[in-house]
Amino acid sequence: MAINAVGREIPEEIKGVGELNPYQGAFKTVPTGNKMSPNISMQKRGETKVLNSLEEAIKKVGVRNGMTISFHHHLRNGDYVVAMVLDTLSNLGIKNITIAPTALFPAHKSIIKHIKSGVVTAIQGSVNGPIGRIASEGVFDVPVILRSHGGRARAIESGDLPIDVAFIAAPTADIYGNINGVKGPSACGSLGYIVADAMYADKVVAITDNLVDYPVAPISIPQIYVDYVVKVNKIGDPKGIVSGTLEITRDPLRLLIAERAASVIEASGLLRNGFSFQTGAGGISLAVAYHIRKIMKQHSIVGSFGSGGITAYFVRMLEEKLFRVLLDVQSFDIEAVKSLIRNPNHLEMSASFYANPHNKGCAVNNLDIIILGATQIDTDFNVNVNTESDGVLLHGIGGHMDTAAGAKLTIIVTPLLRGRIPIVVDKVITITTPGETIDVLVTERGIAVNPNRKDLLQRLKKTRLPLVNIEDLKKEAEKMTGKPEVPQFENKIIGLVEYRDGTIIDVIRQVRK
Amino acid sequence: MEKRLRRTALYIPGNNPTMIQNAGIFGADSIVLDLEDAVSIEEKDAARILLRNALRTIDYKNTEVVVRINPLSTPYGHEDLKVIAREKPDAIRLPKCESVEDVQEADKLLTKIEENIELKEGTIKLMPLIESAKGIFNVFEIARASQRVVALNFGAEDYTADIGAERTKEGKELLDIRARILLAARVAGIDALDSVFGDINDEKGLIEETKFIKQLGFNGKSIIHPCQIKPVHQIFTPSEDEIKYAQRVIAAIEEAKAKKSGVIALDGRMIDAPVASRARRILAFAKAAGLISVI
Repeated sequence: MAINAVGREIPEEIKGVGELNPYQGAFKTVPTGNKMSPNISMQKRGETKVLNSLEEAIKKVGVRNGMTISFHHHLRNGDYVVAMVLDTLSNLGIKNITIAPTALFPAHKSIIKHIKSGVVTAIQGSVNGPIGRIASEGVFDVPVILRSHGGRARAIESGDLPIDVAFIAAPTADIYGNINGVKGPSACGSLGYIVADAMYADKVVAITDNLVDYPVAPISIPQIYVDYVVKVNKIGDPKGIVSGTLEITRDPLRLLIAERAASVIEASGLLRNGFSFQTGAGGISLAVAYHIRKIMKQHSIVGSFGSGGITAYFVRMLEEKLFRVLLDVQSFDIEAVKSLIRNPNHLEMSASFYANPHNKGCAVNNLDIIILGATQIDTDFNVNVNTESDGVLLHGIGGHMDTAAGAKLTIIVTPLLRGRIPIVVDKVITITTPGETIDVLVTERGIAVNPNRKDLLQRLKKTRLPLVNIEDLKKEAEKMTGKPEVPQFENKIIGLVEYRDGTIIDVIRQVRK
Repeated sequence: MEKRLRRTALYIPGNNPTMIQNAGIFGADSIVLDLEDAVSIEEKDAARILLRNALRTIDYKNTEVVVRINPLSTPYGHEDLKVIAREKPDAIRLPKCESVEDVQEADKLLTKIEENIELKEGTIKLMPLIESAKGIFNVFEIARASQRVVALNFGAEDYTADIGAERTKEGKELLDIRARILLAARVAGIDALDSVFGDINDEKGLIEETKFIKQLGFNGKSIIHPCQIKPVHQIFTPSEDEIKYAQRVIAAIEEAKAKKSGVIALDGRMIDAPVASRARRILAFAKAAGLISVI
């Protein structure tokens, strides 16, 4: 066991995974060597890429026991493709597969049977909901490896995550394998998360319910990466793929937090021409965007870019010329999908472009401000977004640790209590994002600044914002709820939280029943 | 003691634990934890106990904590007062207050409880809610019925129903009633707080009504949602010119005091008691809005 830079015990080696490198600090790892290289292949003139069935594709690309296959989650909770592929593998009697999805959702509950029957024996990827829950119960022999969006792209490019076959759900594909996500009945917008898979997997299969003539336009993933195309009835349920237009929350508590976060941004001095901004689609985040939009309009500020998961709200800000460009790795709603088609300043970006720390420069490095959530934050500002207060693995990392490391100002917005559970604690159950990359915590009961950010503290002291010590926030929460019981764990490690640079920042253990 | 500002009095349902827990964080000058209209008859006992425990555990810091009990004429009012007063709220809002006797009854009960819990007599204040024809008729006596009475509240909805008036957003039907309540409050030297503005989606309407009642002289307003705090506070925030003038008035008074001069003048105009008190009120509002740090 080694103790890493955030004080967590990391085993030197794990069976089925190999040697582990403990986390040293957010910017300590310097990569060496060469990138991974996929097989060279050729396509002869006249050969068709379109196959009649998924089964045929699986046979053609030669999926065998023990291989690693990957998927994207741009179809979110409406995805049919993961289940479709695993059902077919199961029918073919293939076992011992590692799946490397960019994320799994509650909609993927049906694949639990393939985990129990041994078709799937390991997961490298985000697990949201039921799959995380069974992982926490210890169903896998090999721990789930959790990576951020940038970290996953890095792992694929560096060869840490070699992919044998990438199965790409394609809202539109032409007969020669060019793909886009913006058209077709299952349109999802950007396909940013799967670009590295397409480029580095040995074999790539596009699965589409909208097969069109050659060539399709626009092209997100070009023919040069795609081996085969399979037409199926439906790749997903549109209701689960894109949400309707998200409304700004009406919850006064969340609105208060958002307003304060916007005031912190205003006081930070970063909200000026050229300003770049990212926020999620959650209630508080969207309400922060509402305030930022108001301030930008009031002072005629034009930002450089808005990034990340793009919502109708950001589209509106682009159209109002409050941002020059949107960098879209994932389109959350139908307005974002439409804008991606029509607006040349709305750009699709890959996960590597977005957040990979080991390329020649990623977008988060140019980000001024990121608004993030937390399931827990501790008095060292370490944030947990993976495990719930009962210790169960229920969420992926997303771009949390990437944007926190890249942005000039990282703001965590959260109510101090959720239900009866305090969010500020002595030690988070799981460290997802290290405190050294978190600058401010904004709650309804006060704003805590990371003591490392003396400059920011000085600026905020000039405002009337309620500044508090993070320890006092913790005490205030515990005064109302009592000290929460800490969940009990078995020894078995069921998950590894990989920092974006490939080191291990924390391990997740099996929950004791 | 510095006079309390009562620009906003935020109603909080007494049966909603989350809202009770968070009542103090939105910046209202007062919160009114409600056991009356917000709580159905089946829930009266549970809400009372919930509120008792909340008052024991939650620190509302500088916010004035007021509890609206049920009318003393109902089976719940006495029990509410008995249980809640022991937790030392800043004040009790007395709904359906119609007579001097209503106030005096509450006063007597409070005196007894204060004695029991060794609290200085008169610590817990009273805020009669005037919301009926009879209440309006007796409002002058009600305002002066006890030393505990620190503010009169107006309940426009119940009042218009009682009198048979049509309730409009414009509020012409309430003009003389509001004036009467205000007058009664001023005669007694206490605050007057206006009724709620019921449509939380109509910020413009809220702003208009608040401007109007401020113009009449009201100290503030009862509100039903945190989103109403900011617009109301903004209206009660004096302009820069008003603040500057008020500061000069106070400075002139201080200077005259230092010189032991009896007559105080500023820009050739005499500063009398009303001018001085207006200046102090403006500076109190300015301080609450964070525009100045000391008065």
